[in-house]
Amino acid sequence: MTDTPAHATFPVNSGLSSYQQPQRVTQLRVMRAEWTKLRTQPSAYWALLTAVILVVGFGIGYSLLRVARPPHGTAIASFDPAAISLSGVQLAQIAVGVLGVMVVTSEYATGMIRTTFAAVPRRLPMLWGKAVLLAAAITAVSLPAAFAAFAGGQSILSRRHLSVPLSHPGVARAVIGCALYLAAVALLGLGLGALIRNAAGGIAVLLGLLYGFPLAVGLLPGSIATDVTKFLPTGAGQAVTTVQPDPTMLQPWTGFGVLCAYAAVVLAMSAARMWRGDA
Amino acid sequence: MVARQVGFDHNELTIAAIRLEAVGSAGVMTSTYKDVPRITIRQSCGPGVDSPTKARLCTPTTPVPRAGTVVAMIEIHELTKNYGSTTAVADLTFTVQPGVVTGFLGPNGAGKSTTMRIILGLDQPSGGSVLVNGRAPRSHAAPLHEIGGMLDPRAVHPSRSAYHHLLAVAQTSGIRKTRVDEVIDAVGLRSVSSRPAGKFSLGMSQRLGIAAALLGDPATVVLDEPVNGLDVEGIRWIRSMLQDLAAEGKTVFVSSHLMSEIAQTATHLIVIGRGKLIADTSMDEFMATAAPTMVRVRSSDQDALAKMLRAPGVTITRAADGALIVGGASAGQVGSVAGAAGITVLELATEHASLEDIFVSLTQDAIEYRAGN
Repeated sequence: MTDTPAHATFPVNSGLSSYQQPQRVTQLRVMRAEWTKLRTQPSAYWALLTAVILVVGFGIGYSLLRVARPPHGTAIASFDPAAISLSGVQLAQIAVGVLGVMVVTSEYATGMIRTTFAAVPRRLPMLWGKAVLLAAAITAVSLPAAFAAFAGGQSILSRRHLSVPLSHPGVARAVIGCALYLAAVALLGLGLGALIRNAAGGIAVLLGLLYGFPLAVGLLPGSIATDVTKFLPTGAGQAVTTVQPDPTMLQPWTGFGVLCAYAAVVLAMSAARMWRGDA
Repeated sequence: MVARQVGFDHNELTIAAIRLEAVGSAGVMTSTYKDVPRITIRQSCGPGVDSPTKARLCTPTTPVPRAGTVVAMIEIHELTKNYGSTTAVADLTFTVQPGVVTGFLGPNGAGKSTTMRIILGLDQPSGGSVLVNGRAPRSHAAPLHEIGGMLDPRAVHPSRSAYHHLLAVAQTSGIRKTRVDEVIDAVGLRSVSSRPAGKFSLGMSQRLGIAAALLGDPATVVLDEPVNGLDVEGIRWIRSMLQDLAAEGKTVFVSSHLMSEIAQTATHLIVIGRGKLIADTSMDEFMATAAPTMVRVRSSDQDALAKMLRAPGVTITRAADGALIVGGASAGQVGSVAGAAGITVLELATEHASLEDIFVSLTQDAIEYRAGN
């Protein structure tokens, strides 16, 4: 059952001294606590490692594929070498989104949330702390990953002179945008997890938003589908990761703003539930 | 004879007698038994206190401090909590005083954990109010210094080490690492503090939960079933620790569904059943009122002795082995009566109904879950 030896004995010392240091709960202190939790949660490392492998590995793999089947004729004009090397983001978003869900649902699943809320009875500092740290950690990890994927992908595409330099307009923005996109998806996951409080439910709704919605909208008549798709979380968010101006998409930062708005609305709903409800 | 019919041994005689009375077969019991306190106090405390016993058991024995003075204590006023259509706690009013260990007793499902969750600010009351140290539970600026709680010892992230679990809790309030180490030593988890908390035995988890509760040196300590899963050494440890905390002037509120666990630790008792207050009394008074001392006597002529002992205020029943169980008279009085009549006393002993029995009889109407129903 446990690896504790049955004869384990505990030195008893009930003489605990008084502790009268200031103990006010502040947002900064709660963030420090959340950081301790995040870095001692093995699933966080797995999720971030998976995200890096997907961003770099898939980006390089897809670049190799396109180099073997280079574009012809009219396809050359819309060929987006940066987007090809960054295509792993579309898979990595699952890993970071699931991490966002798990960071909060694991507390509900284990009951840790009660310990947390007893220590932070105003509760919301915990949610904001998780959000800030999650976004920071994912940006910090996926920014180098995105640059690595871009560099690797372009060096492969350059064999057929299909590559694009980082200095090209919009390219650096797209690479950085990938890291920001992943952070925003993780926040969307965090909000869903805090709202639904159940890992399976949160992940299911997240995948529905990221993949199910676009599929369903795709069944609509063409022009409507295009108009709606660009406002969906993925369609809007991908605008910031795309270099080629695409008339069916929102402007890069507008699109990213729409994705952030989704995350903000879900986080606000979860904050309202967290503040009012039973833990 | 009466006892034999219902198959109780003499230890449970008091309860057997009450049950018999309830179905109308008074047998050898005298009419005074009808005033046995437990019958009365089984009703919940609250408006319409109609008997002296009920009034006594439902009135806090310690004076309530003047309004305005901030004292470490828990004040619960007309607390109600509904989960959907289920009422977990109904119109509960009591105060937990500082300086003593207060036991919180009730069968499983009585509403103890619900009440404690509300005290810790985790659940919101449906009605009524809860004040901890004079303030609403969620309004404290330094919550870990005001109230330390343990509800579920397994409520930890299983792969996080005990040390990091405590560190994360401490950091929310800026509590120093030296205090974390101190608390780990105090609960005796030093040698296992780097292990994943999910691999802890129940007893170790209890210690970890208590450590978290004590991190901020709280004025009020609330522990839900802290003895559960502890070995004998652990039980002794927690008893002395709870008494030390109370001696420091802290408010100590400890729940249990087992009377025996609480009897040696608590000096005050709150008993609830089905979400309603059953008793709010000191342990001494609870035992004296709810468990009258009985005298067990065997003699050369039981029938004659029973006849002589019969008097107002005296109850006499017969145990399965033929012994008389006498209530309302001391062993000395019984011995004197026998001696005066020339009856040889073969056995004479004073018996206390076990606290477990009292508790069962108090709450038997209030047991939510019972096997075989």
